[in-house]
Amino acid sequence: MRKKARFPGIYLGIILALMYVPILLVIIYSFNESRINSVWSGFSLRWYRDLFRDKDMLEALINSLVLATVSSLSAAVIGTLAAVGMPRVKLRGKSVVEYISTLPIMIPEIILGMVFLVYFSLIRLPFGMITLTVAHTSFCIPYIYMLVKARLVGIDKSYAEAAKDLGANEWNVFWDITLPLILPAIASGVLLSFAMSLDDVVISVFVTGVNTNTLPIRIYTQLKTGVTPKVNALSTLMFAATLLIIMLSTWFGRKTTLSVKRRNT
Amino acid sequence: MKPEALAKTGEPRPGEPTSREEGARKPTKRRDAMVLSVLPLYVFTFLFVIGPLVYMLVLSFLRRAEVWGVTLEFTFENYANILKPVYLKTFLESLKLACLTTLLVALFGYPFGYFMARQNAAWKRRIMVLLMIPFWTSSLVRLYGWIIIFRANGVLDGLLMALNITNAPLKVLYTYAAVVVGMVYALVPFMIFAVYSSAEKLDWQLVEAARDLGATPFQAFWTVSFKLTLPGLLSGIVLTFIPSMGLFFIADILGGNKVVLVGNLIQEQLMKARNWPFAAALSVVLLTLTSIMIALYRKISGVKDLEGLV
Amino acid sequence: MDDTVILQLSQIHKSFGDVKVLDGIDLSVRKGEFITLLGPSGCGKTTTLRIIAGLERPDSGRVFIAGKDVTNEEPNRRNVNTVFQNYALFPHMTVEANIGYSLRLKRVDKETIKKTVSQALELVQLSGYEKRMPDELSGGQKQRVAIARAIVNQPAVLLLDEPLGALDLQLRRQMQVELKRLRARLGVTFVYITHDQEEALNMSDRIAVMRNGKFEQIGTPSDVYDRPKTSYVARFVGSANIVEGTVLESDGQRIAFRSQGAVCLVAARGARLSPGEAVRVAVRSEMVDLTPYASPELPYSGLDAAGGNPGDSQVGLQAVVKEKNFAGGVLQITVSLADGSELVASRHGIDSPLVPGDKVRVTWQPERAVLVDLEETP
Repeated sequence: MRKKARFPGIYLGIILALMYVPILLVIIYSFNESRINSVWSGFSLRWYRDLFRDKDMLEALINSLVLATVSSLSAAVIGTLAAVGMPRVKLRGKSVVEYISTLPIMIPEIILGMVFLVYFSLIRLPFGMITLTVAHTSFCIPYIYMLVKARLVGIDKSYAEAAKDLGANEWNVFWDITLPLILPAIASGVLLSFAMSLDDVVISVFVTGVNTNTLPIRIYTQLKTGVTPKVNALSTLMFAATLLIIMLSTWFGRKTTLSVKRRNT
Repeated sequence: MKPEALAKTGEPRPGEPTSREEGARKPTKRRDAMVLSVLPLYVFTFLFVIGPLVYMLVLSFLRRAEVWGVTLEFTFENYANILKPVYLKTFLESLKLACLTTLLVALFGYPFGYFMARQNAAWKRRIMVLLMIPFWTSSLVRLYGWIIIFRANGVLDGLLMALNITNAPLKVLYTYAAVVVGMVYALVPFMIFAVYSSAEKLDWQLVEAARDLGATPFQAFWTVSFKLTLPGLLSGIVLTFIPSMGLFFIADILGGNKVVLVGNLIQEQLMKARNWPFAAALSVVLLTLTSIMIALYRKISGVKDLEGLV
Repeated sequence: MDDTVILQLSQIHKSFGDVKVLDGIDLSVRKGEFITLLGPSGCGKTTTLRIIAGLERPDSGRVFIAGKDVTNEEPNRRNVNTVFQNYALFPHMTVEANIGYSLRLKRVDKETIKKTVSQALELVQLSGYEKRMPDELSGGQKQRVAIARAIVNQPAVLLLDEPLGALDLQLRRQMQVELKRLRARLGVTFVYITHDQEEALNMSDRIAVMRNGKFEQIGTPSDVYDRPKTSYVARFVGSANIVEGTVLESDGQRIAFRSQGAVCLVAARGARLSPGEAVRVAVRSEMVDLTPYASPELPYSGLDAAGGNPGDSQVGLQAVVKEKNFAGGVLQITVSLADGSELVASRHGIDSPLVPGDKVRVTWQPERAVLVDLEETP
């Protein structure tokens, strides 16, 4: 069986490489002198310069960052509180509410965008940052809720018992034991939500106002109409940001898996 | 706290009988406080998930007003409209594309997830990080990369012509093939994660046992590994099929206006034609289709949560 | 030893759903005593411990610690600490923070905490490990930290739930010795749980053998080992053979009984039984003598004739050698009796001249056999 062991490695390598080709092309051409993406005419940073001079782009970037921060943090609060509280409350229809609250990541994005559009105009929520925040929070909550819930299940209940045994009350147990142990899950949930929000096009297109642009919306319109390599530059920066987020989240994630592993010893 | 609540949960009087009642009482106080912790989720869910979904359902049975908005008039007209050949064709076209996409995704993604699970821990982690980076990179950035590749005289044409495989630009951009590639590319990670999380749990000794008992490598794979990773594969199919019905912007950007999917139709009805009841009806049908898929998945695999979702 | 009772359980009942886990537990533990709850998994010993710790509430019954009724007190308000089965060291805290946790909750000042923690670490021979994280420790080290964490609070009672269960045999033996020393130094009351009878016999002042949520017998190790009250205790503590029969006669010191067509003897130890009563007798495997069967059978001629005569062993059960196994430093010879039941005799050394198929006579010294289940068998 040993001799065949090479094929899986090659396969994994090829597929991974293919995944990076489009991204690398975008990055390479962001440094291209020429306006045309398929012709290399020399190294240049002019598109980055242009990008930073573009007021609209900058505004869209700020909008996107604010939106991602606010929605991922609100989702963190709502999701974490609920994940901690749910197992301890006795309410009728609890599991139904739990299921429905995860629907925003189960149903196709386009439907979510569409129902938000019609519903927000029904309840006369002004389209713009407010509607965007509500919509984004709705699909961030399930991520955080599910991550924290999974982590809570993974925490050996003897930790809490040991703490009580050593003199802790419920409140001490939460602050000293539960919260530190679920913190990595909350952190990686927030990072994932942040990335999701920063990336979202479909829902945003539906619920944004006339004068509110987010970065993905700007890029989307540009891709549909005409692109300048400015978009390459922007994409490269966004890729760098993603890279940073991934690194942070795997760092948290490693801590999480470590503490999960500890449980088995 | 109210006085009666205090009286209930106060110190046990001497001689108070069993501890059973006592044990049941104390947590009640705690539970009251706990309700506060789930309150935000309840409020949010009722206001911004249940509300919109119910409104969508109601809207789908209302008649469109002549000029703007809707009239409060019950009708099946919107659903009947879907059966018109032009819209029905879009639905079938979407289903066809979704099936094709899912098939290709399974074909490419399953071996990846399976092989990945067989690597050692260090490689698993490295591959996971390598997968995460493109996965979390903005889908628009990645789409843009495909535009660069597919456009006339773009990277692909340049490469093919340089290698003398073709002598004229293929102009893949704005074709069905470009949309399929874009979809598969966007969705293959979901399949990989689903299959991987299933295959990771597989006890490889079972495969060795099967081999030991006389199975050929293929038989061992088919009777043991494949059977045991089936929940992951099914989950991956659901996770790719559902979004592939709705990813209108891939069809929009890579397909030009040549490929029209349900997603595009909904968007068009909503934003351009402003026929909200019809868009709602389309969404209800689409949502029903996806719910059926998820229900089927649960029934077949017996698993409650989709594998590899988190 | 101080004779004051530090821990008392009275009539504890506990069910989980339909499953009755504890069925009327009574126990008094004296100050400074090392008491072991011994029993197979599922017998209710962990539940008993959790009720003492306050992690579980009894359905009925009372728990007293140092004379105070703590039945309804939360665990954090009881002066007992637990060494958990899986140690339950907080994974996100250093060794120092783990051990000092209970002191921090009591708002003890930092200097004192530091000093106390280092003393505790010294006691468990882990000085210098303050800054380690739990996952950087071996199983044995985790065990020591768990113990240090539990004793730093100077509890009235230390509860240990199979603390050595996860360690390998060699480490277990070593930790047994250390635990004994630690107890001698601290003078703390230990309530110890194990399913390992050797561990229980080695370490305890008293052993409470549990079965199906009840105590079968509570006594010193030699009570439990040499004078089991029930066949269950005899089997569980030192795997004894159980022989059943009916009483023939008794001379006040010994009782002769008939079993499977043969006659056997057992020391009476004050038991008054009349002919015809059913008896059950426990005989440890190392007490069982096997004599080759070739010699002609000697008839039983009454207790008087046999009295004072070392040749008592002439009477005995007929059996056939079935198999020989070498295990745990002794040779175990399994023989099958007339009714098909089996009996085990053990010998030092790795072989014996007996081979499977040999006919043997099974005998024992009457004072080495114990009457059991006296209450059950009328």
